[in-house]
Amino acid sequence: MKIEILGTGCAKCKALEKNAMEAVAKSGKFALIEKVEDITKIMEYGVMSTPGLVIDGKVVSTGKLLSPDEIVGLISD
Amino acid sequence: MFDWWQKIVDSLVYGKLGLDSKSALGSALDFFLFDTAKIFLLLTVIIFVVTVIRSYFPTEKVRDYLEGKHPLVGHIAAALFGIITPFCSCSAIPLFLGFIQARIPLGVTFSYLISAPMNNEIAIAMLFALFGWKITALYIGFGLLVAIVAGIVIGKMDLEDEILIKPPAAKPPKLEEVKIPFKERAKEAWDYTKDILKKVWLYIIAGVGIGAFIHGYVPTETIVKYAGGDAWYAVPIATVLGVPMYSNAAGVMPLIEVLTQKGMLLGTALSFMMAITALSLPEAMILKKILSIKLISIFFGVVALGIMAIGFIFNGILG
Repeated sequence: MKIEILGTGCAKCKALEKNAMEAVAKSGKFALIEKVEDITKIMEYGVMSTPGLVIDGKVVSTGKLLSPDEIVGLISD
Repeated sequence: MFDWWQKIVDSLVYGKLGLDSKSALGSALDFFLFDTAKIFLLLTVIIFVVTVIRSYFPTEKVRDYLEGKHPLVGHIAAALFGIITPFCSCSAIPLFLGFIQARIPLGVTFSYLISAPMNNEIAIAMLFALFGWKITALYIGFGLLVAIVAGIVIGKMDLEDEILIKPPAAKPPKLEEVKIPFKERAKEAWDYTKDILKKVWLYIIAGVGIGAFIHGYVPTETIVKYAGGDAWYAVPIATVLGVPMYSNAAGVMPLIEVLTQKGMLLGTALSFMMAITALSLPEAMILKKILSIKLISIFFGVVALGIMAIGFIFNGILG
C-alpha cells in the first residue's frame, strides 16, 4: 500500500503526514508513506485544497487534517 | 437585538459597581463588557454556520462549475463562490493552478481570488457583530463588485505569460464526491470554530480593549482631526494601512467601529476593512512562487484602486 500526502509545506500538511504515520503504526499494515511537495504532481491529481491524502493512487480526502483514527478507517477498507 | 444584554451590562457597571455613566472609566468598561460578549457569541454562531454550509462547496466543485462558462457569467459566479467556499491562503497556489488547468480564464480566476479572502468568515462575523447587517451587506456587495470589475480588468490585459509555472496540460481526474453525514460535518465545523476562536480571542480582547479606551478617554475631536474628516487623503491612507493587517482582522475591526462612532467616515472605514482582507501580504508572498512580480503588482494595484474608488464614492455620497 502506498500513501501519499499532497501539500506544499503548510502546517496542516505536516500534521497530516504525522497522523498518517501514526495510523499506519496503529493499523499494523505495511504501507509506504510519501510526502508530495511538487506542485505539478499535486495538480496531476486534480487536488486544489491541500493537504490531500492519496491511497494507492486514489484521492480520498482534500483540504482536511484527518485524525489518525480517520486514516485507519480509510486504509483498512 | 442585543438590548437585553446592554441592560444587564448597564445595571452591572452603573448599578452594582456604581460607576457614573458619564465617566470615562464607566463608559469604557461598559463598552468593553458589552462588545466582547456580543462579539464572541456572534463569532461562534456565524463561523459554525458558515463552516457547515461551506463543507458542501469544495473548491473542486467550483472549478468544475466555472469550466467553459461565458466570461461575464464566470466573473460573477466566481465572485459569488468566493463567499461560500472555504479559502485558506496556504492553498492559494494549487487553487490558482487548478483553475488555470481547467482553462478558466485568468481574469475569472482573479475574481475568485479577490472575493474569497475578502469574504472570509472571521471578517463577516466581526462586521455583523460590530456594525449590524446593513454595513455587512454593503461590505459584501461592494466587495463582490470590486472582485468582478478587478477580475475583468486583469483579464483584459493579456497577462497569461506572467504565470511562471504551467500546470500539466492533461485534464485532472474528476474527484469522486465523498458522502459525509451531517453529524460529521457539524462536528468538523465545531472543531474548526474552536480552532479559530483559539487563534483570534486574544486579538479581539486587545482590539476591543483599545477600542474601549478610545471610546471612554479619547475626545471625538482628536479622532476627527487624525482619522476622520473629509480630507481626500483619508481613503488612500486607510487602504495602505490595511495591507499589513490581514492576520489581525479580528483585532482591527473593533477599532474601526470606535473610529466610525467618533467621526471616521463610512467610506474610509469600508476601504480600510476591504484593504485588510483583500490585500494580504502573506498571500502575495505565496503567489510569488507561481506569478511574476509584474502580475502580482497589477493584481494589488487594480484591487487597491477599486477599494479606494468605493471609499471615495461613499464619502462623496454620505459625506
